[in-house]
Amino acid sequence: MIDGSISTSNDDVAVEPIPPANARRRSLLRTILRNGSVRLGGGVLVLLIAMAAAAPWLGTIDPTAIDPSSGNLLPGTLAEFHSLAGDSFQHFFIMGTDSLGRDIWSRTVYGARVSLTIGIAVAVLALLLGMAMGLLAGYVRRLDGLIMRLMDGLMAIPGILFAISLVALFGGTVATVIVAIAIPEIPRVARLVRSVVLTIREEPYVEAAIALDTPGWKILGKHILPNAIAPLIIQGTYVCAAAILVEAILSFLGVGLPTDMATWGNIMAEGRAQFNEYPHNVLLPGVFLAVTVLAVNILGDGLRDTLDPKLSKREG
Amino acid sequence: MHNSSLALPVLCVSDLTIPLPPGADRTNAVENISFQVAPGKITCLVGESGSGKSVIANAVMGLLPKPLAQATGSISLLGEELLGAPPSRLRLLRGAAMAMVFQEPMTALNPTMTCGAQVDEMLARHVRMNASERRRKILDIFTRVRLPDPERIYASYPHQLSGGQRQRIVIAIALILKPALLICDEPTTALDVTTQAEILKLILELQRENGTAVLFITHDFGVVAEIADDVVVLRLGEMIEAGPKLQVLRSPREPYTRMLLAAVPALSAPQRAPIAPTAPLLEARKLCKTYQTGSWPGKRRHIHAARDVSLLVRPGETVGIVGESGSGKSTVARCIARLIDPTSGDIHVGGQSVARASHRHLSPLRRQVQVIFQDPYRSLNPRQTVGASIVEGPVNFGVPYRQAWAQAEELMHLVRLSPDALRRYPNEFSGGQRQRISIARALACQPKVLIADEAVSALDVSVQAQILKLLADIQQRLSLGILFITHDLRVASQICDSVIVMHQGEVVEQGSIQDVFFAPRHAYTARLLAAAPGRDFAFGQE
Repeated sequence: MIDGSISTSNDDVAVEPIPPANARRRSLLRTILRNGSVRLGGGVLVLLIAMAAAAPWLGTIDPTAIDPSSGNLLPGTLAEFHSLAGDSFQHFFIMGTDSLGRDIWSRTVYGARVSLTIGIAVAVLALLLGMAMGLLAGYVRRLDGLIMRLMDGLMAIPGILFAISLVALFGGTVATVIVAIAIPEIPRVARLVRSVVLTIREEPYVEAAIALDTPGWKILGKHILPNAIAPLIIQGTYVCAAAILVEAILSFLGVGLPTDMATWGNIMAEGRAQFNEYPHNVLLPGVFLAVTVLAVNILGDGLRDTLDPKLSKREG
Repeated sequence: MHNSSLALPVLCVSDLTIPLPPGADRTNAVENISFQVAPGKITCLVGESGSGKSVIANAVMGLLPKPLAQATGSISLLGEELLGAPPSRLRLLRGAAMAMVFQEPMTALNPTMTCGAQVDEMLARHVRMNASERRRKILDIFTRVRLPDPERIYASYPHQLSGGQRQRIVIAIALILKPALLICDEPTTALDVTTQAEILKLILELQRENGTAVLFITHDFGVVAEIADDVVVLRLGEMIEAGPKLQVLRSPREPYTRMLLAAVPALSAPQRAPIAPTAPLLEARKLCKTYQTGSWPGKRRHIHAARDVSLLVRPGETVGIVGESGSGKSTVARCIARLIDPTSGDIHVGGQSVARASHRHLSPLRRQVQVIFQDPYRSLNPRQTVGASIVEGPVNFGVPYRQAWAQAEELMHLVRLSPDALRRYPNEFSGGQRQRISIARALACQPKVLIADEAVSALDVSVQAQILKLLADIQQRLSLGILFITHDLRVASQICDSVIVMHQGEVVEQGSIQDVFFAPRHAYTARLLAAAPGRDFAFGQE
C-alpha cells in the first residue's frame, strides 16, 4: 500500500489533461461495416441465412417428397404434385424437378441449411481445436515439437480422402461430416495461431506481465489470445468457405450425407446423369453454392483489410 | 553539374502548406513554411515527432503520398518549380539534382541485390557509361565514403555489412551523381553514437568537397550543434523560428525553442546528494550470459552477451549502464529481472539469492524489482484498459481488486495523470503519457528497485525531460533504487550516481559519474564521450 505521505503531497502538482475519449474504439463495428467487401459479403450471407431459416415459407414443399409422375419438369412449370401419401395439389416449380419429381427449389432452399450449418460448425470446431493446439505449441516450448510434428503428419493426408474414410467408418450423418471436414483444417489454424503467439510472446507487454508475476495461463488468456483473435476470425471465414465446398464435393461423390437428404452436392449429383437434357438441375444449385462461397470469402477479405491490414494474402 | 548558379539558393521553399485529409488531428501537415538552402550550406530542420519535418523532405523529393498531394506554395530547386512538375521530370531530377539519405539504411537498401549492383542500377539510369567505367566510378565513390575494401563491399549484400557501412552505401548512392541538393532524413538516428559521429563527419567532408547544399532533418539538438549552418525549428507543422545556428541555439527568441533547448540534457557534473552506504537493495555478482548458436551437426559457437558483471544498487541510488547496441547492457538488465536466465553468477535481492530460483519461486524478486521498457507503444497491452494493466501486479500479489484500484488512482496522481485514464485504452495516449502509465504499473507493485531499460530513448526531448524529472521525483519520495540502462551518455550524466560502461559484453569501466565521465581511464569510454553530439556546446547561453 502506498504510504499516505505520497498522496497528500500530490495536491500541488498539476495533473496533465488527457485527450477526450477516443470515439474510434467504440465504433469498431462501424469501421468494419464501412468496408465495402464486408457489406457485400456479409449482406449476401445474411440473405442466405434468412432464406435458410425461412425455408418453409418460401414456396417450398417437402424437399424429400417424390412424385414420379411429375419428374423432369422444366423451371417455371405449374403442375399437379401427387405425394406418395395420396393427396395432390397445384405447385409452381420455380426450378423444375429432378428425375424423381422432387422440387429442386425446395431442395436447394433446404440444402442451404445443411451447407451453412456445416460451414459454420466446421469453422468453429476447427478454430477451437486449432487455437488450443497453436496456443500450446507457441507458448509451451516443450510441447512445440510434438504438437507441430503431429500437425505436419495430419497435413500430409489429403483432406478429402481423410473425410471420405471417416464418413465411411462412422456413417454419413451431419455430425460425422462436420468432424471429418474439420480435422484436416486444424493444422492450418494451429500453424497460424502458433506463429501469431510466437510474435506476441516477444512483445514488451507480455514481458511486463511476466515481470508482474502473472501466471502463464493468465498471460495466455489475457495478453496473448485477445491480440491473436483478429487473424483467427479471418482464417475462420476461409475455413467456413472451404468446408461448404468440401461438403458439396463429398455429397456429389456420393460419399457424404445420405443421397435423399437435400444438400447442394446431392442435388447436383442427382442431376449429373441428365446434364445434357436438363443442365439446370446442376447449374442452379451450383450458382447458390458459388455465391455462398464467394460471399464468405469476400467477407473474409473485407475483415482482413479492416482487422489486420498486415495479412495481405490468404494463409496456408 | 549544377554549380553554375552559386549565388542563388539551391532550394527555395516559400509559403509551403500541405493539407491533411479530413479527419486528421489537424488541418495542415505543415503551414506557411518558408526557408532556403544556400549552396555549400547545411540547413537543419529540427522538431519533435509530429512536427512535419519529414513531410517537408518528402514534398521536396516529390514523394508525398497521394492523400497529401494537394500542396500549395512553392518549392524551387535551382530556380525550377517542383510543385506540380510532371512525375517524369521529378524522376529525372531525383538522383541527378537532388538525392535523399533515409533513416534506416537496412530498409533503404534492397536485401536481394549486392551493394555494387544497387549503385550501378542508379548510375545506369542516369548517365551514359559502359559497365567497366561505371564499376570504376562506383569503387571510387566507395573509397570516398571511406568504406574499407571497396571490391569486397561491391560484391556484398546489405546484411553482410554493419549499420554504419550500410548508411555509407546509401550516402554513396545519393552522392555519386553529385546532386546540388542532399536531403538527409534523420540519417544517424538508427546508428550508435560512435558510428553517428563518423557519419556526420563524412557528410560534412563530402558536402565541403562537392559544395552540396544539405537539408538535414533531425530531432537531436546535439547533431544540430555539430553540423548546422542554419536552423529551422518546427512545431506541429508550424515554423517557430529560423536563423543562423548560433543565433537560434544561443539566443533563441521563441519560448518554444528555449523550452526545447532547456530540455536537452547536458553532459555535465550531476548535482546529486551523496548516497548513504546502507545495505544494498540489489546486488549482482559476476553475472554472465552466454548464448549458444548452431546445433548438431553444425559448428557450435558461444556468444558472451555479458561477462562478469557485478553491481550494487542502494536505496535512493541510480546506477547507470551505458554502452552501444550489442554491448550487453539490456542483457544484464533482463538477467537481473529474470526475464532471461543468467548462465552463471549470483543475484541477491533483499538478502535472498534469486539467480537460480525457478520461475514459480520468483515472487519475492518480482515484488521488489520492476521493469520499465523502452517502447511505450508496445509495452502496454492494447486490448486491456490502463487500469487493468496497473492493477494486474498487485492482484497477482494478493491485494484485493478494490484496494488495488484505489491505489492505482493514487498512482495516477503520482505520475500526473487524471484517474479517468484508468478506464481508457492505451491507444488514446501519447508516447510520454504511456511511459507514465508504464511507470505507474511498475510502481503499483511497490518495488524497491526499478529497472529502466532505455525508458526515455523513444521519447521526444521535452517529454524525455519530464519523464526524467518524474523518475527523480519518485525516487526521492520512495527512496527507490534505479538501474538505468541507456545509450545516451548525456541522459546518464544527468540522473545517475554511478555508471557502468559496457562494450561487447564486458564492463570496461565502472565508478562514479565524476570519475568515469570526467576522468575516463579506458580508451573506449573516452571515445564514447568524444562521440556524444554537441557535447561542448552550451545550449541557450550567450
